[in-house]
Amino acid sequence: MEKWRSSKMLKIQNLSKHFGGIKAVSNCSFEVRKGKITALIGPNGSGKSTVFNLISGVLKADSGKVLFEGKEIISMPIDKISNLGISRIFQKSRLFNNLTIKENLLLAFGNEDEKFWKNLFGLNKITKEKEEKIKEMLKLIKMQEFEGKYARSLSYGQKRLVEIVRAIINPYKLLMLDEPVAGVTPLLRKELSEILLKLKGQGETIFIIEHDMNFILNLADEVIVMDEGKIIARGTPSQIKSNKKVLEAYLGN
Amino acid sequence: MIEQYFVHLLILIGIYLILAMSLQISIGFTGMLNLGHIAFFAIGAYTSALLILNGFPFWFAFLSAGILAMIFGYVLSLPIKKLKGDYLALATMGFSFVIYAILLNWTKLTRGPLGIPGIPKPSLLGINFSSNFSFLVLTLIICAICYFLIKRVTYSSFGKVLESIRDDELASKTLGKNTSKAKSLSLMISAFFAGLAGSLYAHYITYIDPSSFTIMALVPVLCIVIMGGLASLRGTLIATMIIVLLPEPLRFMSFPSSVVGPMRQIIYALILLLILLYKPKGIYGKVEIE
Repeated sequence: MEKWRSSKMLKIQNLSKHFGGIKAVSNCSFEVRKGKITALIGPNGSGKSTVFNLISGVLKADSGKVLFEGKEIISMPIDKISNLGISRIFQKSRLFNNLTIKENLLLAFGNEDEKFWKNLFGLNKITKEKEEKIKEMLKLIKMQEFEGKYARSLSYGQKRLVEIVRAIINPYKLLMLDEPVAGVTPLLRKELSEILLKLKGQGETIFIIEHDMNFILNLADEVIVMDEGKIIARGTPSQIKSNKKVLEAYLGN
Repeated sequence: MIEQYFVHLLILIGIYLILAMSLQISIGFTGMLNLGHIAFFAIGAYTSALLILNGFPFWFAFLSAGILAMIFGYVLSLPIKKLKGDYLALATMGFSFVIYAILLNWTKLTRGPLGIPGIPKPSLLGINFSSNFSFLVLTLIICAICYFLIKRVTYSSFGKVLESIRDDELASKTLGKNTSKAKSLSLMISAFFAGLAGSLYAHYITYIDPSSFTIMALVPVLCIVIMGGLASLRGTLIATMIIVLLPEPLRFMSFPSSVVGPMRQIIYALILLLILLYKPKGIYGKVEIE
């Protein structure tokens, strides 16, 4: 196997977080490998989203380490972590509702702090590359005609799609998706799964939380199963499918 | 006589427009419910008045008014970095009480409740703006420049970052935006223009005292912002005219002056209620008030 394929992009060590008396995440350790789709699954309330929030800096961990490309990121602010190349979407839609789709996508581009005064007075026009990139992204989700529409006018499924392209429009190293297909129509689900496979084909690294076992088992290279804040199983989709502990956690005794 | 009256109203519209547009930057564009804005107006007015009375030229006093207000904007942005919504509103309101208390009690500098009389009309580039008409021209020119600058700022990519903070600060951070820096800058720019408006006000009225800068003075400005629509400069312009002109007929009815003041506040309150009930986005706004 080539070396880059097995190299670790994200390494989590003994990560813990509790809310009051509830241990949301307790002593979790795992890795996300470069160029692979890693899925995090588990029943409701098993701590999946908390893990995502700890990695992206939305929540502060009680203890443990998060290493991104070998660099400790646990105490960094959200925007710094994002600028390292970790791009994520949330469980609920977080588009900027009073901005247009185009403005939403433009905001995802890099932050040119050094051009602050130019930025301030609007002197730097939108570059052609950005325009083209936006067109390309909207074509990917078949929503070209929505460019000038306000985000709030979209349906839930459309919002999810726009959020995903907003997360991938700017170069990134790790894409984290929190239940991207929950509550969308089967058609959109299929579309999304195609997009994710396409990204995988391009060698992108994706870390995904999903409830839909069928969706994820067709897509993922590696599956991590969480229950009550702990990791109960890891392996390839076929290993997970036949794992007794996993079936118990999902179906009860 | 009647022309004089119209000139007076137009000057008021100009000053209120700058003040309301500056408040739009923090409330309408950034979504920070800033209720301490009148303090920046006050800082601008006092700075300009004191400097010109101590022999500095108008242009220097005018710009210093904006810059000092901006510095106070930065100072205010430090403790309120992590506050949102109602808490931010309370903290900024507290700030305006502090400034009010300073104006009232630092009598050596501000003469306290006696106020500062005899503020001269400005002169610039050898032109004296002592007549009301010439002052109107000056106000309109400054107003147009402010409108242009604020429009540029809010249409820029920085302006879009501000709007993204208003809509969803966490999502904005997740896209790598340093939102606390952006919020702080927003408050500074907002304060700068409020300071300029304060300077014009001081030179026009020629007398200032702390009672012109209480939270009650903010009510009409807040009315303008909400009526015009959050994040809409065009709406702000129209709403400014309406809010400044609407209570004027009261002058021509034979009410005693003790009645006219409260009546104005009642009118503003009514307008606010009606807008929130029937047109929550304001005249031209795209953002609904939550």
